[in-house]
Amino acid sequence: MNATHEVLAIGTRPRPASAASAVLTLAWRALLKIKHVPFQLFDVTVTPIMFTLLFTFIFGGALAGSPRQYVQYLLPGVLVQTVLFITVYTGVGLNADIHKGLHDRFRSMPMWQAAPLLGALAGDVFRYTVASLVILTVGFILGFRPQGGPVGVVLAVALLLVFSFALSWLWIIVGMLVRTSESVMTTSFVFLMPLTFASDIFVDLRTMPGWLQTVVGHNPVTHLANASRGLMHGRPDGGDVLWTLVASAVLVLVAGPIAVRLYRKER
Amino acid sequence: MTNAIETTGLVKHFGSTHALAGVDLQIRRGTVYGLLGPNGAGKTTTIRILSTLLRPTGGTATVLGHDVVREPAAVRSKVSLTGQFASVDEDLTGRENLVLMGRLLGLSWRDAKRRASELLDAFGLAEFAGRQVQTYSGGERRRLDIAASLVAIPEILFLDEPTTGLDPRSRTQVWELVRRIAAEGTTVLLTTQYLDEADRLAERLAVIDHGRVIAEGTSRDLKASVGSNALHLRLVDAGRRAEAQRLITKVLGDGVLPASEPAEVAARLERAGQAAAVLSALSECGIEVEQVSVANPSLDEVFLALTGRQAAPTQTEAHQ
Repeated sequence: MNATHEVLAIGTRPRPASAASAVLTLAWRALLKIKHVPFQLFDVTVTPIMFTLLFTFIFGGALAGSPRQYVQYLLPGVLVQTVLFITVYTGVGLNADIHKGLHDRFRSMPMWQAAPLLGALAGDVFRYTVASLVILTVGFILGFRPQGGPVGVVLAVALLLVFSFALSWLWIIVGMLVRTSESVMTTSFVFLMPLTFASDIFVDLRTMPGWLQTVVGHNPVTHLANASRGLMHGRPDGGDVLWTLVASAVLVLVAGPIAVRLYRKER
Repeated sequence: MTNAIETTGLVKHFGSTHALAGVDLQIRRGTVYGLLGPNGAGKTTTIRILSTLLRPTGGTATVLGHDVVREPAAVRSKVSLTGQFASVDEDLTGRENLVLMGRLLGLSWRDAKRRASELLDAFGLAEFAGRQVQTYSGGERRRLDIAASLVAIPEILFLDEPTTGLDPRSRTQVWELVRRIAAEGTTVLLTTQYLDEADRLAERLAVIDHGRVIAEGTSRDLKASVGSNALHLRLVDAGRRAEAQRLITKVLGDGVLPASEPAEVAARLERAGQAAAVLSALSECGIEVEQVSVANPSLDEVFLALTGRQAAPTQTEAHQ
């Protein structure tokens, strides 16, 4: 240890970072974590590949005549499902964070108190994007040919990212309420499983019994999957797109403030 | 304003647990102040209230003139907290952690990187700067933890049990750091369960037990309150301790102090010369003495005298 007089001398502290700059810095932290612990991307890459292959080849023949035909229907939906599954990790990560000393340090620093939440979310949106690219690549290899072209695909992914960002706030709430990361996972999937499977991700709504059509028709995931399929195949359904955007806005407006409040609670 | 920290009747309840039962503190600027007490005494709760992480149930606390409840942002802009558990990101490297703090505190990327290098050099961490923190030893991690609190030098530094779990060499390094930080004008409030640590580092200290300050002053004041000299005896036969204590009471009139080991007897002396009278009385009764010392009482004895309990279990008791 060298002479430290100047290093430790009291001076004027800089003006604390602005809210935007704090969020960007914490997003940088999230990306660094991915760089140092690439295993975090395992779920994001391997699970989606597995899902796409399994569903295409197991159900493809029975549901649409051939896997190649089925993948045209399935891919936009399975993309939705995989990314929605990954949103759970937002809650898991923040749950781990609040039980560590770093959380105390952040809360005792002069910065916008919601910045760590948004920073973590920004890192997660990056992961959602990676997962989307993986699924699309696998889809193209299996013969998926979107009629809407690159623009349709980009719009569909963008819509999915918006909804996933909004849904993540729900899992943040779960992450703040339960004790361990494992219980965040379990609790979140209790909601997420029925949401994704009781939708039209795998089969057309019209093949279901009447009462189930009503239920599935009201599932936000059905609207999102429909909107995603429409955009990718160049037949966008304005109603579904609007429905998804409104649902996302409502989620953020309701769950966001609750999540921030819970995050700032005394521990 | 000469006081960095003032609290009046600070109370904190967690449900039915009364963590703080009325803590009054006045801590002068530019000093190292120690909160000394056993686990669960309320040291950490006090620090968490002062660093705005907890709201007090009752009483008031001001930090550099700002009320911690009404003006938390003003307090946060002037203090740094190094908590009891690693308050850095273990997935990141040492350098990345310091750059992260610098950016959050408002430095430009360039200044944050420069500041990180400065601190890594000053804290002897340069050679590990590029390694993930989870590979650090306890001492290295602790130094990084403290460095992270100094990226922008605070007016007050809170250190919660800065040396718990460290090996003796790392402990000495942390002590040296604390002294240098204080020498540059930062007020340091630290908590510790180690009496020798409080004795060495803190100019003044408060002994906390069951959420109350039970004694306050310099370590010299506290020692004086237990008597100017203390006689320590180690008996050959622990079974004769009660007898020895009775004999000492007869010779000195009063002054037997509680001792931690079964074969030990301690007593307060008004004059060091009284030791001779005690020793000859013991030898007349055939009580053999293995070891004798006359010294200032240790903070251990201060704590025992104040609470009737030991501050922390000794090595031997912990093994039993």
